[in-house]
Amino acid sequence: MSLVRVENLGKSYNAQTKVLKDVSFNVEAGEFVSIIGPSGAGKSTLLRCINRMVEIDEGNVVFDGQDVGSLNKKELRKMRTNIGMIFQHYNLVPRLSVIENVLHGRFGYKTTLEGILGKFTEDEKEQAFYLLKKLGIEDHAYKRCDQLSGGQQQRVGIARALIQDPKIVLCDEPIASLDPNASKVIMDYLKSITMELNITCIVNLHQVEIARDYSDRIIGLSKGGIVFDGSSYKLTTDSTDLIYGTTTPKVQKRQLVTV
Amino acid sequence: MNEKVMRNQRKWQTILFAGIIIALTYLSSDITDFNIVHGIATLPDAAIWIFSNLFVTQESLERLPKILGKLAETILMSIAATTTGTVVALFLGLMGSKTTGTSNALAMFARFIASVARNIPVVAWALILLLSFGQNSVTGYLALFVGSVGFLTRAFIESIDEASQSAVEALRATGATYFQIVYKAVIPQCLPQMISWILFMIETNIRSATLVGILTGTGIGYSFDLYYKTLNYNAVALVTLCIVLSVIVIELMSNHIRKVIL
Repeated sequence: MSLVRVENLGKSYNAQTKVLKDVSFNVEAGEFVSIIGPSGAGKSTLLRCINRMVEIDEGNVVFDGQDVGSLNKKELRKMRTNIGMIFQHYNLVPRLSVIENVLHGRFGYKTTLEGILGKFTEDEKEQAFYLLKKLGIEDHAYKRCDQLSGGQQQRVGIARALIQDPKIVLCDEPIASLDPNASKVIMDYLKSITMELNITCIVNLHQVEIARDYSDRIIGLSKGGIVFDGSSYKLTTDSTDLIYGTTTPKVQKRQLVTV
Repeated sequence: MNEKVMRNQRKWQTILFAGIIIALTYLSSDITDFNIVHGIATLPDAAIWIFSNLFVTQESLERLPKILGKLAETILMSIAATTTGTVVALFLGLMGSKTTGTSNALAMFARFIASVARNIPVVAWALILLLSFGQNSVTGYLALFVGSVGFLTRAFIESIDEASQSAVEALRATGATYFQIVYKAVIPQCLPQMISWILFMIETNIRSATLVGILTGTGIGYSFDLYYKTLNYNAVALVTLCIVLSVIVIELMSNHIRKVIL
């Protein structure tokens, strides 16, 4: 059975424009899927429908056998502990230390009071340091997050997602604010999450080349609908033209073939 | 060509704007029978009166301990009104903010309370409360409290909205509960701004407390009123000096605290 099943998903923020129209796809456990498409295509909204950070208007999202749209508050909270999320702007609490931010990922497993008092078990703390070490930032554990570079902050974001012990990690343009070197580091880490820990990754991306290099499968989104869904090597210039609404001149393509 | 047209437009805009201000000034002074020239002409006389009457003498200094006692009372009352107001404003702020608000009805409620409390001046509050609570320090305290709640709620709503949106989203996605998010993301992130607003509120309240004290017959405002009405201008001068000095000292202190925490 698929880990995530999206069936005829539709979403609109106002009456005029539909952000998502009749979107359906499945994601299997252990897959690394990229969602590409121009700005405003609905990538972020699609991702946020999976953990119901935005309400689902039409259709269903089924995660791990549960219908996400029909969960009550408590069940939703429990489900979200299984879903890690990584953001373009890292979304850390900048004034708190790295280790505090990482431990925030455990709140879903705690009662309100335990969370407020910051009661974490030794295991959780050890796990947090283990993750920081794995991500190469254990030296910064007690620094405030706003003193870290963008790439380091994103690694804190990854650690916060992984300490949740998730089945899936949703990444909303994780490298859009990073330079090429930091981007490569982050993408390598994300890839290793899937390869080593067998955690499913769904990544929103702007860069077609990176999507092709890293993912098993690519979903192309344009104007709220899926226009491409297949293995990354099947993504041709024709399909990127379709996704981005561009036209690649035929002559140029012929030249490419001859070279 | 284009640049010339734009410069011309700018010039005319300035002339028009200045014209409107002059016309408005003339019109309002005409309606209220206020003579600007006469007002300026009496300035030297007023200054002479101030310098010949409002100075601290040996005799008035004897009243210093009593005045300082009243001043301390006023300052402590302002601080109490601010801190208790902060607690209420924090809850209203969390309710009213877009990021942490739980429902539209509660947000409307919080914003409504804040705007009623803020848009009625503190002096008016003091007079309204005077009717039901009488001339005592509770009235003064309540007037300052209501004003603080109004202002701080508005300030907190903005601080929360501005500072914590992204972290709130991230913690919601991990499955954290509402109060976990508030305590571990919103408050740590907004704390410096909030403290800064609270300090500002304490300064403002000490200033308003003098005025409120005149109306409610408490604190340093009452001393001021009393000496003023008994024509003891030297004591009035001493009271004024004490107020000015304490406000300056508190401003310097809060500026220093701001520098340290921000």
